[in-house]
Amino acid sequence: MQFVKASLLFLLFTIIPAALTAQEEHGSHAGRAEEEFDASTFIMDHIADSHEWHILTRKNGESVAIYLPVILYSAEKGWDVFSSRQLAHGHEYKGYRLEEEGDNKGRIVSLNEDGTINEEAFLLDLSITKTVVGLLFSVIIGLWLFLSLSRSYKKTGISHPRGIQSFLEPIILFVRDDIAIPNLGEDKYEKYMSYLLTVFFFILLNNLMGLVPFPPPFGANVTGNIAVTMVLALFTFFITQINGSKSHWRHVFATPGVPVWLLPVMIPVEIIGLFSKPFALMVRLFANITAGHIIVLSLVCLIFIFKSLFVAPVSIAFVIFMDCLELLVAFLQTYVFTLLSALFISLAVKGEEEHH
Amino acid sequence: MVLLANSLTSPAIGLVFWTTIIFLMFFLILKKFAWKPILKAVKARDEMIKGSLASAEKARKEMARLQSDNEAILRKAREEREIILREARDIRDKLISEAKGKASEEAEKVVAKARAGIEREKIAALGEIRKQVATLSIEIASKLIGEKLEKSGEQEKLIDNYLKEIDFTKN
Repeated sequence: MQFVKASLLFLLFTIIPAALTAQEEHGSHAGRAEEEFDASTFIMDHIADSHEWHILTRKNGESVAIYLPVILYSAEKGWDVFSSRQLAHGHEYKGYRLEEEGDNKGRIVSLNEDGTINEEAFLLDLSITKTVVGLLFSVIIGLWLFLSLSRSYKKTGISHPRGIQSFLEPIILFVRDDIAIPNLGEDKYEKYMSYLLTVFFFILLNNLMGLVPFPPPFGANVTGNIAVTMVLALFTFFITQINGSKSHWRHVFATPGVPVWLLPVMIPVEIIGLFSKPFALMVRLFANITAGHIIVLSLVCLIFIFKSLFVAPVSIAFVIFMDCLELLVAFLQTYVFTLLSALFISLAVKGEEEHH
Repeated sequence: MVLLANSLTSPAIGLVFWTTIIFLMFFLILKKFAWKPILKAVKARDEMIKGSLASAEKARKEMARLQSDNEAILRKAREEREIILREARDIRDKLISEAKGKASEEAEKVVAKARAGIEREKIAALGEIRKQVATLSIEIASKLIGEKLEKSGEQEKLIDNYLKEIDFTKN
């Protein structure tokens, strides 16, 4: 507990000064403000992952941002760790450059001596990006919530829930009674409860934190990032396959009731089916959250597209409406992801007699 | 636009790496320190509630059973009381009637005895009277005759015969 509080304070006191000092150095891009407002770039910049946490751009073009650590591994140069401030605004640093335009926009590329991009070089970018920071914070909040919840159970024992328990316990019981037990059955659900609860609260926390626009670490588009949803879907996929029963595999490689001559067609179809389920999980969460962010940002952009303050009230009204809708979507998509995970696991886990 | 879509829809390796690590950490820590104790506590509570409800139901049934038992016992006791009372009443009536019979019998006996005594006394009295009358008659006769009648057996026999002729029963 003390550790969590201390680390939160630490981050607060290290990030804010970093952000404030950041503005002093980069004033070179003056005049950007006069450029034509490009809504799609603006929106995509907000949704995509980035190596810095951009807070605002001043009228003179200075940007205020939190510069996050860049961690690179290249086959030739080995490990490199430095602040993304070194790469801001297209600066080269140690033979790397953060592309601002073109195919690799937002990615760090390895450069040759003459400044051209070295396409062959193996470059692994393990930077702590905006999404990673968002993730870390949501996980810290989650850990704080649930570890203190767990502690409060030790205190209250089996008496009625109180304090934080009365808020979180219904959600936990919802996951247990409405997601896990109906799909996995009374006898098998306990094994998967930890995973389902973790996934549920991981997605929920990230969805909700993504909806809060400001300040960092809120507002990162974590569950609207395909890498994050892919990892979550892969977890479900591996749990499903590892716990798959005999009949699950028989279903894939020798579907009962299918004539042998059809098997060469059926087996690929079934194998595609194995992967299409997590794929659907990945895309559904990613698309729903990203779409919500895009709509909200588009509505905000209307003000700048029309360059009129009179659009603002309309815009704001719509944004508030969309935010309410997104709040619903945040819960709904969390529920759907967890429910489908439980369903996919149950389909693979259940034995012959329950399969039909 | 296509390029932007590309960066949006192609997962970055670094992010996959960090997400995996962070998620795994989150999962393992919560599993050990949160979900297990929480689910255990919730389950224990559920079971306690279920157990309490079951025992309450059992107690309720037990109560109902006891109550019906009590009622049966009460009913039986009432019946028994009725029987005992009825018996007592019967005995009392019998005793009273018996006592009454005995008493009248006794009274009759007493009366009969008394009557017998009276009869006997009467006879004795009559005998006495006869004797007196005889002596008186002799005295009267001797006075009348003026001579002293000897108290011979013949004279006495004569008086007796006279007396026998007089019927005392008539007066």
